[in-house]
Amino acid sequence: MADEILERNDGAEGLILVGIQRRGVQIAARIAQLIKDRDGATVPLGALDITLYRDDLQTVGPRPVVGRTDLPGDLEGKRVVIVDDVLFTGRTIRAALDELADFGRPARVGLAVLIDRGGRELPIQPDVVGKHVEVPLGGRVDVFISELDGRDEVVLNVMERT
Amino acid sequence: MTPTASSVLGKDLLGLEHLSAEQINVILDTAGPLKEISERAIKKVPTLRGATVVNLFFEASTRTRISFEFAEKRLSADTVNVASSGSSISKGETLVDTARNLEAMRIDMVVIRHHASGAAKFLAERIESNVINAGDGTHEHPTQGLLDLLTLRDKLGDLRGKRICICGDVLHSRVARSNIWGLTKLGAEVAVCGPRSLLPNAIGEMGVQVFDRIEQAIEWADALNVLRLQLERMQAGYIPSLREYNRVFGVTSERLDRAPRDILILHPGPMNRGVEIDSDVADGPHSVILDQVTNGVAVRMAVLYLLAGNKPTLATAARGDA
Repeated sequence: MADEILERNDGAEGLILVGIQRRGVQIAARIAQLIKDRDGATVPLGALDITLYRDDLQTVGPRPVVGRTDLPGDLEGKRVVIVDDVLFTGRTIRAALDELADFGRPARVGLAVLIDRGGRELPIQPDVVGKHVEVPLGGRVDVFISELDGRDEVVLNVMERT
Repeated sequence: MTPTASSVLGKDLLGLEHLSAEQINVILDTAGPLKEISERAIKKVPTLRGATVVNLFFEASTRTRISFEFAEKRLSADTVNVASSGSSISKGETLVDTARNLEAMRIDMVVIRHHASGAAKFLAERIESNVINAGDGTHEHPTQGLLDLLTLRDKLGDLRGKRICICGDVLHSRVARSNIWGLTKLGAEVAVCGPRSLLPNAIGEMGVQVFDRIEQAIEWADALNVLRLQLERMQAGYIPSLREYNRVFGVTSERLDRAPRDILILHPGPMNRGVEIDSDVADGPHSVILDQVTNGVAVRMAVLYLLAGNKPTLATAARGDA
C-alpha cells in the first residue's frame, strides 16, 4: 500500500496521510513508517474524527464518543491521502471529505483502505486497497491493530445476523 | 464499531447533584476534543444543523449567554435570544406560557437562566424540548461547574485527592453548589473559606471543610475558586465593608507567595478587582481565569451535543401533561 501511495502521488513531496479515528490513525502511522524506511521521507500525519459530521446522529441512540481531530498545518495545495481500516457504505468517507473541506483546499484527495468489503451506498471508490473481500450486508469485518487491541488481525464474520 | 458514550444524560441538564461521576466524565471527555473546533479557521461543524435553540434569559448575563451562543453556533444550530425586558415576559406572561408558545414554533432546546431556584426543573417537566440550566437562583449553575472541573482536570490531572477551596459568598452562590457536587463526585477534597455570615449553616453536611482564614485555605489547597462578592451583600449587612473584606479574605499576591505549592486561581467572573481578588493575582501566573472562559464554550458544546434529540422518558412526559 505504501508503494502504491507513493506511485500514485509522484513520491512523498507535499503528501499528507490523514487517518480516520480510530484504527485509520494507526494504519496511517504504519504506512508513514514504511515510506520512511523505503524512501527516507517523513510524511506528515493527521487524524480526523468524523463523529460531528455523521449523517445519522439523529438516529444512532447514545451519542458516539468524540475523538480528536488534529491536522498538520495548512492543507492548501497538498496531496492528502485519507486512510481507514474498512471501507463499507462510504458514509464515513463522505463525512471525512466534508470535514477536510473545512480545513482548506488540498490539490488532491485520495483514499487508501486496508479492507474494501463492498456494499457502497454512495459514489465513493478507494485508490489504494490492501485487500478486497465481498462481505454480505449482515456480516461484519473487524480489524484489530496491535497498538489498540494487542494483536494484528482481520476477522470476517459473514453471517452475524440470521 | 463506533464506541458510544456509555451513559447518556437523558433529556435535560438541570444540575450536577443528580449526575454520576461517569456522566460527568463523559461530558468532560467530550468537551476535550471539541476545544479544537474553536481553533480552526472555519469554527463550525454541522452536528446540530436544523436544530433550533432558544436562550431564555430572565436575568442579566453576558459571559454565559455569549458562551452558550458561540457553542450553539459552532455546532450549526439556529439560535434565538429572549431576554425578559422587551419581551412578553415583562407583560406578565408566565414561564410555562412563554415556553409553550416557543414550542408551538417548533424549537428543540431551551437554555434557561432564571432568578428562581428550581425554575429549570419546573420548565423541564412541562415541555418536550431539552432544557439546559444556565443558572437558577441560588441552586445550581451546572455548565459553570463543568467548565471549572474541565479547567482543573486539564491542569491537575485526575482530581481524586486534589484539594480545592471555594472562597467567598458560598451562601448565595449557585456556582459554589455546582462546584461542590461536581468536585466531590470526582473524588476531590473540597473546602470553603469565607465569613461565617456568607457560609450556609449546614455546609458541613455537604462533606466539606471550613476555613475561617484565607491563609489556611492557601496553605491547604491545590486550587482556589474565588467567588464574586456581590456588592449588594454589603448593603444587606452580610459584611461590614468591601475594604475590610479585601483585607481579611482578599486573594493577594503577598498571600499566595507563602503558598507551599503551586496553586491555581479560578474565578467565575465578573471579577471585583481589589475586593475578592487583586489585579496582580487575576492577571498573574497562577490565574487560569481565561482558560475557564475558553473551556466554557467547549463544555457547553459537549452538553448540547450529548442532549440533542434525547426524548423525555415516559415518567417526565406524564408529569408534563398533569
